[in-house]
Amino acid sequence: MVMDYESLKFVWWLLIGILLVGFAIMDGMDMGVGSLLPFLGKSDPERRVIINTVGPHWDGNQVWFITAGGAIFAAWPAVYAASFSGFYFAMLLVLFALFLRPVGFDYRSKLDDPRWRNTWDWGLMVGSAVPPLVFGIAFGNLLQGVPFHYDDIMRPWYTGSFWALLNPFALLAGLVSLAMIVLHGAAFLQLRTEQPIAQRAQGMVTKAGLVYIAAFALAGTWVALGIDGFEIVKDRPHDALPIPVGKEVVVAAGAWLKNYSQYPITLLAPLTGFAAAVLAILASRAGRAGWTFFFTALVQLGTIFTAGLSMFPFIMPSSDNPSHSLTMWDATSSHLTLNVMFIAAVIFVPIIIAYTTWNFWKMWRVVTVKEIEEQSHLAY
Amino acid sequence: MMDPDFVDLSRWQFALTALYHFLFVPLTLGLTWILVIMESVYVMTGKEVYKDMTKFWGKLFGINFALGVTTGLTMEFEFGTNWAYYSHYVGDVFGAPLAIEGLMAFFLESTFVGMFFLGWERLSKRQHLAVTFLTALGTNLSALWILVANGWMQNPVGAEFSLETMRMEMTSFAEVFFNPVAQVKFIHTVAAGYVTGSMFVAGISAYYLLKRRDLGFARRSMAVALGFGLAGVLSVIVLGDESGYEVGDVQKTKLAAVEAEWHTEEPPASFTLFGYPNDETMETEAAIKIPYVMGIIATRSLDEEVTGIKDLIKQAENRIRAGIVAYRAMTAIRNGTGDEEDRALFDMYKKDLGYALLLKRYTDKVVDATDEQIAKAARDTIPDVTLMFWAFRIMVASGFIMLFLFVTGFIMMARRRLENHRWLLRAFLYGIPLPWIAIETGWFVAEYGRQPWAIGEVLPTFLATSSLTATDLMISIAGFVTFYTVLAIIEFYLMFKFARLGPSSLHTGRYHFERNAGTATLAGAPAAPHQD
Repeated sequence: MVMDYESLKFVWWLLIGILLVGFAIMDGMDMGVGSLLPFLGKSDPERRVIINTVGPHWDGNQVWFITAGGAIFAAWPAVYAASFSGFYFAMLLVLFALFLRPVGFDYRSKLDDPRWRNTWDWGLMVGSAVPPLVFGIAFGNLLQGVPFHYDDIMRPWYTGSFWALLNPFALLAGLVSLAMIVLHGAAFLQLRTEQPIAQRAQGMVTKAGLVYIAAFALAGTWVALGIDGFEIVKDRPHDALPIPVGKEVVVAAGAWLKNYSQYPITLLAPLTGFAAAVLAILASRAGRAGWTFFFTALVQLGTIFTAGLSMFPFIMPSSDNPSHSLTMWDATSSHLTLNVMFIAAVIFVPIIIAYTTWNFWKMWRVVTVKEIEEQSHLAY
Repeated sequence: MMDPDFVDLSRWQFALTALYHFLFVPLTLGLTWILVIMESVYVMTGKEVYKDMTKFWGKLFGINFALGVTTGLTMEFEFGTNWAYYSHYVGDVFGAPLAIEGLMAFFLESTFVGMFFLGWERLSKRQHLAVTFLTALGTNLSALWILVANGWMQNPVGAEFSLETMRMEMTSFAEVFFNPVAQVKFIHTVAAGYVTGSMFVAGISAYYLLKRRDLGFARRSMAVALGFGLAGVLSVIVLGDESGYEVGDVQKTKLAAVEAEWHTEEPPASFTLFGYPNDETMETEAAIKIPYVMGIIATRSLDEEVTGIKDLIKQAENRIRAGIVAYRAMTAIRNGTGDEEDRALFDMYKKDLGYALLLKRYTDKVVDATDEQIAKAARDTIPDVTLMFWAFRIMVASGFIMLFLFVTGFIMMARRRLENHRWLLRAFLYGIPLPWIAIETGWFVAEYGRQPWAIGEVLPTFLATSSLTATDLMISIAGFVTFYTVLAIIEFYLMFKFARLGPSSLHTGRYHFERNAGTATLAGAPAAPHQD
C-alpha cells in the first residue's frame, strides 16, 4: 500500500474532484461550443467552423466524463449505485442527450441536405446543453439531501420522484452549471475562430459571465440563508471499514458553511469562481482570448470545489435518514482497491495529459470558413 | 422480494442495449487493425491507392464508431442506473477494471480517433500512421479491460465477501487480471472482431468486384481482408475451443446446457452434434453423438467426467442448504447476537452464501425456506437448455462457414482465380451478416449461460437490480427502443450509401462514379494509372 487508508480516502476525494474539474474544463469546452452552435453560427460554413474547432477533441474530452464515472464506480461504489439509480430518469435524460453528440458530430456533414444538417445542429445543441444543466440540478439536490436509505442487506432505496428533483434551488444550481459551461465554450470559440464568429463569441463571454456571477452569488446566498446542511455528530474512525450506516448525522442550519469558517483557506474556491469570471469578462473584452480561456477554466475549478468543500466530508447526504448519508470516509472501496486505482491514476493521468497536449498542439489553429471550403470532404 | 416483472424488464433492457452495443464494437476492433495494415503499406510503398483505402474504409469505420461510442455510454450508465445493488455489492472489484479501461484505453482511442479523421493535412505520414495504430491499440485495450471485468462475473476470483461491509471486496488485483476465463475470452472476442472487420471489408470489396468497378482498389482491399480474416477465424476457433475448456473447468452448468448433457456419462463424454433438447423431460430427442469429443474439449483428458445437469441440480441443492447455514450465521453476527460458533460456521460455508441468496426469489425468510423452495431454487441454477444448445450451434456453424470462405477465398486469391468464381464473391457479399450472427449468439451463450447469476455463484441476477418499478423500466425501454431504432436506420442508410458509392466518396476524382461522370477531368484531378 502506498498510503494508509485514511489518507487514501482523502486523496480519492481530491482525485474525483480533479476528474470532475477535468471533465468540466475539457468536455465543458465542447459542450459549451455545442450549446452555442445554432446561435453563433449563422450559415452552414460558419456552423462547420464552430464544429471543427472541437472536431478532433470532443471524443477524447468526453472520456473525462466516462472516466470520472468509472472512478466513482471504483472508488465510491455506494455513491455510484445510490446516485445513478436514485436519479434514474435524470441520468437517462443525460444519456439520451449524450446520444446525440457522437452521431451529430460524425454524421452531420456527411450529407448535403440543409434540413438534415440543421436538425443535427439542434441535436448537438441539446446534447451539449442538457448534461451540464442536469449535473447542476443533481448537485443542487445533493446540497439539499437526497431521499434515499438502506435496508438490512445494504440495498439503497430511493423514495423521491423525478419531478421533485426540479425544485427551485436545484434549477438555480443547474443554471450556474450551464452558465459556466457556456462561458467556457464561448471563450474557446473566441480563441479558435475568426470574425464574425469570434466577435459573437466575445459578446457571449460577457453575457454568460454575468449570468454565472449572478446565479453563483444567488445560490451561495441561498445556501447560507435558506438551506440546512448536514453535520456528523458521532463519527466513526476515518480509517475504519467503509460502512455508510454506522455514524450519526443531524440536519443543521448553516452546516454547509462550517468548513469555510473552520478552514478559511477553503474560501479560495468560491473566490476563485467569482474572480476568474470577472477576469474572464475583462480579458475577453480586451481581446485577450488566451487569457479568457485560462480564466474560464479556473471558473470550473472554483465552482466545483465550492460545491465539494461546502459538503465535505459528505458526498450524498440522505434526507430520508441523515445517518445513512454517504461520506468520503464511509462510501469508499476497500483499502486495496483504492490503492490499485491510485497507482493506475498516477501512471496513466500524466500519459493522458501528454498525448492530449500533443493532440491540441498538432490540431491548434484558427478554424476559418476558407479552410472548411477547401477541405469540405475531410472536415466535420 | 423483487417484483418478477421488474426483474425481467431490467434483464431485457440490459440484454437489448448490450446486444445492440455489440453490433458496433467488433467491427471497430477489426477495422482499426485493417486500417493500420493498409496505412502501413501506404507509408512503406508510397502508393496512393493504399492511402485511399485507409481513408475510405476509415469513413465506414467512422460511421460505425460513432454508434459504438454512443451505445457504449449506455453500458457505463446502466450498471448504476439499473443494477444498483450489483454496483454496491461488487463495485469494489468490478469498478476497478472499468475505471482502468477509461484511463488506459478510452482516452487513447478517443483522443487519437479524432486525429485519424481530421489530421491527414496536419500530420506527417508516420505521425498519422502512429495515430491510427494508437487508435487500434486503444480499442483493443478497451476490450481487454471490459473482458477482465466480464471474466470476473463468470469466474469471480481474487475477491472475498466481507461480513462488515456486506459486499465483495478485492483480495488480489493480479488474480482478477490474470483470471484465466478473462484472458481466454479476451482473445476469443478480439479475434471475433478481426473476423468481423475482415468479412465486412471482404464482402463490400466482393461487391465492387462483382460490379467490375474500382478493381485495383477492391482487389487490394480484398487481399488485406482475406489475409487478416484467415488468421482471425483460425484464432477464434482455436480459442473458442480453449474457452470450452475453461468453461468446463469453472462453469459446469453453462457447459452442460450448451451440450444438453442431462446425465453424467462415463468418461470420456460424447459430443452431441445435433438433437432436440427438451427442458421438461430433461432428455435430448434424436441426438446424434460423437464419442469422446466432449470429454476431450472440456477436460483435456479421457478419464475425467463432464457432470450432467441432473447431478448439477443435486449439487446446487446441497450448496443451497449449506448456504442457509452461512446466511443464518451471518444474520446472527450482523444482529450482534452471533458468537464464536457462528463465525466458524460462516467461514466454513460462506462460499455457498450466494446459493442461499437464490432463495430470495421465493421467500424473504431464507433460513425458513421449505424443501419445495429449495428444489425450485436449485432448478433455477440451470439456464434454458434449448436456447443455449441452439445458440451455441448457430455460433459454431457461422464460424465454420466463415472458415470455409476465408480458406477458399485465400487460396483462390493466391492462385489469382478469385474473380472467376462469382459464386464465391457473392457468398462473401451475402455472408456479411455471418460474423454478427456468430457474435450475438456467442454473447447469448456467454451471458445467458451465466444465469441465474449476475456474479457466478455469488450474486443472483434478480437481487442485483436497482430499487425501481416495472413502470420505470417500461418507460426507459421505450426510450431506448425509440432512440436505437432511429439511430440504426440512420446508420444503415449512411453505411449502405457510402458502401455503394465506394472510394468515389473520397472525391479524389480517380474512382468509378467521378471518372464516368467526367468530373475527374473537369476537376483537373490527375488520373491514377495504377488503378485498374
